[in-house]
Amino acid sequence: MISERLMEIILDSFWQILLPGLAVTIPLTAVSFFFAMIIAVITAMVQFAKIPVLRHIARFYIWVARGTPLLVQLFVVFYGLPDLGIILEPIPAAVIVFSLNEGAYCAETVRASLEAVPAGQMEAGRCVGMSYLQVMGRIVLPQAMRIAFPSLSNSLIAMVKDTSLASNITVTEMFMETQRIASRYTEFLPLYIEVGLIYLLFCTVLTKVQHVVEKRLSTYGGKGG
Amino acid sequence: MLEIRGLKKSFGSLEVLRGIDLTVNKGDVVAILGSSGSGKTTLLRCLNFLEASDEGTMVFDGETFQMAQMRKKDVARLRAKTAFVFQDYNLFLNKTALQNVTEGLIVARRMPKDQAVELGRRMLAKVGLSDREGHYPSQLSGGQQQRVAIARALATDPEIIYFDEPTSALDPELTGEVLSVMRNLAEEGRTMLVVTHEMGFARHVSNRVVFMAEGDVVESGASQDVFDHPQQERTRAFLRNIYQAGVPAD
Ligand SMILES: Nc1ncnc2c1ncn2[C@@H]1O[C@H](COP(=O)(O)OP(=O)(O)O)[C@@H](O)[C@H]1O
Ligand SMILES: [Mg+2]
Repeated sequence: MISERLMEIILDSFWQILLPGLAVTIPLTAVSFFFAMIIAVITAMVQFAKIPVLRHIARFYIWVARGTPLLVQLFVVFYGLPDLGIILEPIPAAVIVFSLNEGAYCAETVRASLEAVPAGQMEAGRCVGMSYLQVMGRIVLPQAMRIAFPSLSNSLIAMVKDTSLASNITVTEMFMETQRIASRYTEFLPLYIEVGLIYLLFCTVLTKVQHVVEKRLSTYGGKGG
Repeated sequence: MLEIRGLKKSFGSLEVLRGIDLTVNKGDVVAILGSSGSGKTTLLRCLNFLEASDEGTMVFDGETFQMAQMRKKDVARLRAKTAFVFQDYNLFLNKTALQNVTEGLIVARRMPKDQAVELGRRMLAKVGLSDREGHYPSQLSGGQQQRVAIARALATDPEIIYFDEPTSALDPELTGEVLSVMRNLAEEGRTMLVVTHEMGFARHVSNRVVFMAEGDVVESGASQDVFDHPQQERTRAFLRNIYQAGVPAD
């Protein structure tokens, strides 16, 4: 049923697609997610601590980042900002947009997790003489991140797939490469299915990693995880 | 050692503390009695600045503070001299029993780790939990958790320890182990301010009793006097109710 020619195309292209997957999609996801985490923790803490002014800025940022399409955000930053004289290379532009977008979603996850940690933890920490930031960093945040872990893993997995949108701003990631190969051979269905399967493979690996890590993360003697 | 004058606190329009006067001398074990909602927890929380007071003066070790306008620095300094034992323990859930005791020493007091561990072990031994130092709070019974909380409170060698109903969250068969630890502290001469419903403790271990109702101190005095000759009708009614409810006197 599958002709020899098609078989050959699929096999050849596998490595051609996988390579930008390993060289671009994965690093783009990893770097963006790293910055997203930093943004998320800071944004969540600003709200949790009810810091005046900053908490409103945080709310505004989350409102905008979650309320507009990721694709529109990519276009604004890559094709729009040059009108203001801000010209970014495709990959930095993608990292900025993915970090800010993901940061907003994860900020909500982290904030909810911070609120799920009993208030008595902070009070007990203050009573033994630790400062707010000391209790936050050593007692409250570690517990919150443990609670947030499954949900943040989910966000990471979603992000792997979202990076395919970067093809729209000329980032030669996995999907962009697939489009090129597909039009070169004028074979669309098999190649798009193939790239879909490679995304599936990435996400399956990540899900497995998530389960392993979750099992090994300390539940502090409890049964969770 | 600790003197409070005219402490007031409202939550919105609800006046919870209506001008509390309270004196605790060094070595005193003061029991605070009163029905639920009378403001006992709020009083302790104000004393440790977990709750901001609206009015009132605190004299601690001869130093006078306006409780409504505390500076951060003073709050930190006063907290370093006090400790708090919560009704629901509030052990650090991500720390073992030993780490719960050493955390404040290492992080807040910058005590070298080995010294803190040694002190922590001594404190756990004192509350009879040497064999549980590696357990997380979720692996300990309520009574054990509260004893770890007491060890944590003791570790900083506070001048006064505030207890907010330390046995109220415990099953009756577990209250004994916590009360006996507290009795030992009293015998050592620790200064303690204890909100409690344990009449045996209030009568026999504490030397002074303060009876609160609706945000006021209704009656206070030596334990025996208050129990044997309550002056106020509200105190008499409270004690009558407690004993009718079948709580033994000792
Ligand atoms: N954070 C709060 N906000 C509003 N009302 C409160 C708060 N904390 C306590 N109260 C109210 O203050 C009163 C006294 O509470 P509390 O000090 O806990 O009493 P007790 O410890 O004697 O039972 C109660 O009516 C309670 O509902
Ligand atoms: Mg109470």
